[in-house]
Amino acid sequence: MSSSDLTSERGLARQATPKGDLAPERDGPRDTGLDDATLHRWLERTWRTKPGIIGALSSVDHKVVARRYLVTAFVFLCLGGLNAVAMRIQLSGPQRGLIGPDLYNQLFTMHGVTMMFLFAVPIVQATGIYLVPLMVGTRNIAFPRLNAFSYWIYVSGGIFAWASFALSMAPDVGWFAYVPLSGPEFGPGKRADVWAQMITYTEVSSLAVAVATIVTVFKQRAPGMSLDKIPLYVWAMLVTSFVVVFAMPAVMITSTFLILDRLVGTHIFNPAEGGDALLFQHLFWFFGHPEVYIIFLPATGMVSSIIPAFARRPVFGHLGLVLSLIAVGFLSFGLWVHHMFATGLPKLGASFFTASSMMIAIPNGLQIFCWLATMWDGRPVIRTPLLFVFGFVFTFVIGGLTGVMVASVPLDLQVHDTYFVVAHFHYVLIGGSVFPLLGAAYFWLPKLTGRMMSERLGRWHFWMAFIGFNAAFFPMHLVGLWGMPRRVYTYPAELGWGNINLFITAGAAVFFLSFVLFTFNMLHGALRGAPAGNNPWDAGTLEWATTSPPPSYNFARIPVVTHAEPLWAEREALPVATGLRVDARELVISTVAEARPDIREKSATPSIWPLFAAIAVGATFLYSIFTPWAVVWGALPIAITLIGWFWPKGDPEDEE
Amino acid sequence: MRRPVFAAFGTACVLLLQGCAGWQSALDPKGPAASELAWLIWFFTGLCALIWLLVMIALAAPLAMRSRTRSDPLVLDPGAEHRKARAVWTALGATTVILIGLTLLSFFANRTLAAIGSDAELTIRVTGHQWWWEVRYEDAQPSRILTTANEIHIPAGEPVRFIVTSTDVIHSFWVPTLAGKLDLIPGHENVLDLKADKPGVYRGQCAEFCGQQHANMSTLIVAEPRPVFDAWLNDQLRSAVAPVSAEASAGAALFLDRACVMCHKIGGTVAGGTVAPDLTHIASRQTLAAGTLTMSRGNLAAWIADPQGIKPGAHMPVVDLNGDELNAIVAYLEGLK
Repeated sequence: MSSSDLTSERGLARQATPKGDLAPERDGPRDTGLDDATLHRWLERTWRTKPGIIGALSSVDHKVVARRYLVTAFVFLCLGGLNAVAMRIQLSGPQRGLIGPDLYNQLFTMHGVTMMFLFAVPIVQATGIYLVPLMVGTRNIAFPRLNAFSYWIYVSGGIFAWASFALSMAPDVGWFAYVPLSGPEFGPGKRADVWAQMITYTEVSSLAVAVATIVTVFKQRAPGMSLDKIPLYVWAMLVTSFVVVFAMPAVMITSTFLILDRLVGTHIFNPAEGGDALLFQHLFWFFGHPEVYIIFLPATGMVSSIIPAFARRPVFGHLGLVLSLIAVGFLSFGLWVHHMFATGLPKLGASFFTASSMMIAIPNGLQIFCWLATMWDGRPVIRTPLLFVFGFVFTFVIGGLTGVMVASVPLDLQVHDTYFVVAHFHYVLIGGSVFPLLGAAYFWLPKLTGRMMSERLGRWHFWMAFIGFNAAFFPMHLVGLWGMPRRVYTYPAELGWGNINLFITAGAAVFFLSFVLFTFNMLHGALRGAPAGNNPWDAGTLEWATTSPPPSYNFARIPVVTHAEPLWAEREALPVATGLRVDARELVISTVAEARPDIREKSATPSIWPLFAAIAVGATFLYSIFTPWAVVWGALPIAITLIGWFWPKGDPEDEE
Repeated sequence: MRRPVFAAFGTACVLLLQGCAGWQSALDPKGPAASELAWLIWFFTGLCALIWLLVMIALAAPLAMRSRTRSDPLVLDPGAEHRKARAVWTALGATTVILIGLTLLSFFANRTLAAIGSDAELTIRVTGHQWWWEVRYEDAQPSRILTTANEIHIPAGEPVRFIVTSTDVIHSFWVPTLAGKLDLIPGHENVLDLKADKPGVYRGQCAEFCGQQHANMSTLIVAEPRPVFDAWLNDQLRSAVAPVSAEASAGAALFLDRACVMCHKIGGTVAGGTVAPDLTHIASRQTLAAGTLTMSRGNLAAWIADPQGIKPGAHMPVVDLNGDELNAIVAYLEGLK
């Protein structure tokens, strides 16, 4: 194994050697010159998640946290899917009496809230939490305790929302909870408060992950991974994280204003007292539109990872793809008003947003063209992940083109708030994000479990999902044009929507069953699948350089990157850097642009305090549904847990 | 492997498209605004379908190619890369041109829509309520201002101006066969102009989620030739007709005696409530409870006896009436033509 020693290469030895003003105990055994077995023993002891319940709850390993996120998000996907099935049964014929309006309104609100806030955003971020540190060749995510904290916050927010549903006090105001319907006058009970605080919960967690991801990508890349060598998936997560940082505060402000109106008696959204109901929509959609790209951009990163592996070449137009990611990230903030074309805004102003909405199709189109061009070298290797990418292009292009349709102000006035829009955004979100996620599951789960999923079942799964999805959602375009509004719990027989809705329900059932098959395939693969080996697809990025599943420390020695597809460029052996301590959690911190190794930095050790802090924050949020004083009283336990979290450990590094 | 799927998909689409003509279909326009929009929808759909087809051909193309035996994925053919770059740039340029074209197209369509009602004579104010429509025909003469509910009569062939607003939550006024939708927002007044080319009955429905009975908040636009419309308006401006039968008279007395009077108005009587639909000419309307039921003696009785069963969550309370009392009230309302 060729190796370049960090100590000699970057003069890290100077920092580490006792120099008068530094305490000598700062230094410990390094990985330089250790044989593989000894190195593994040392690193495993340093980085492993401690056994026992306390150990598990204290874990700050990005892979452990990500696995929890993935499993939890999958559970929420199933729950949200069950909501959808219930709604489809109710809508399968005109005037069905299975579900009344009260329950139906809770069902579609919980479906939207669950899919957007508890499934889609968490699962793309969780995939990032797992993969980004591996892809950039580091040992843990930045701010690992914050990352662990984010999971506890997320899961408590989700449990809270679903507990309220079990108590039949779930929000019933739609996932965007427009005022005045959700306001103090027309939204009695605690339902809209549940919505507001649950949003705030999950966005706190989302922001925490975004910050950790940004810092990991900027500062923890393996030596040599300059900006032009960052894998596209990592770029996608970086751009997504920035979008999260700028978009989520808008929705947290919206939900906080709403709960202020409801709980404290402010009149921010009350037109009778000089407030404005439309302000809510502007604030919400300033978040809400970027939200779509928060879900979609990571999926494009997944597609950019899957295609090269099966087209057996690097992706075409790497730079173009990076630039389109950044362009989409920027532009996503300039089109929120296209959700509000029916509110009677000034016509010229609305037309501006037609132009900006059309404009975002240009970078998205570029991405599609680059992927297609990548595959034009010859027949790609057809495996389940690639099938899902094909399904993604098929469906997402439909969703993108109907997006161009709804971007037109006059056209939108006919289809806005109808099933056409329901079809459009499911094509964009399921086609554009869930299909790539399913492809990613077949692609990367062998890395997580060390075992392959069944290719045969995978193909069955793909065709069931593909046919079921299109059968369920394509006819929705039509029924929307025929005048069916969204969010109706029933419809009269004489409008002639009955047969098509029955067809849609049948399609939805096939789509749902495809997920049952997927679940079976995942479990079967994880328990009985063929061993995957390090790199089952012969892909080129760093996560495939380590074992499947990866050890707690990810890489025995930090790889040195010489190419955008390092494993393809260095077939013999990956060059590595040495010089990190093995008895303490040490990372290489590198420079932002060129990823030159800069300093060695400690990575936080396991701690139970993030869990306690999350409990304190969660209790405060929960209590604040009932009284604003919760914020005052809740500050105390939060302060205590944060003090515990950040209490100096007497580590020399902390004393500097 | 994909071909049968495409075929099945195509057949399904054709079968579904045959159902285009619907009572509430945007694809079945009955007025200039909806016609302009239907044309726009078809044009966009056609163009998008063409683009989608081209992308699908580009996606399927590699499947027809021979698989490569090249061992090193990093060795690329510079000539092929160059040709690809040219293809991608061309596609990107075409995308940009098409998008600019579509932007201009929708801009000019918007101007066409805005011009439709510039000479409207009749102004109707529609106020959204949970879950019914208050309809007021504006007039310079206060005695000729008409307030009714849920059913909107307009003269056919003339542009009509709608001023829409709400006093509770946000609703959206949408009659797909005549025009696009417009939101009714408390604190805002929006203006929608529409025109029905021919006499007819056009169904509309609330399009913005407004609470429990959002699904049962529809309206009928009844377009009539001008003379018929004028006659209707004059008729509606009159006070309610006095009950003729003994049963109906008993019903009138009961109406004023019970909770009904708290919310509803019947012109010419002391019933003057404004929080619920005006019932002065209720029997002249085609539907009940904002399009939930068709107007008939049986449905009137059912609605009064069990509003929460028919429209759960509606603000109409159950009024305790025995069978005779119910019959009497129904007989009275049935006479309010």
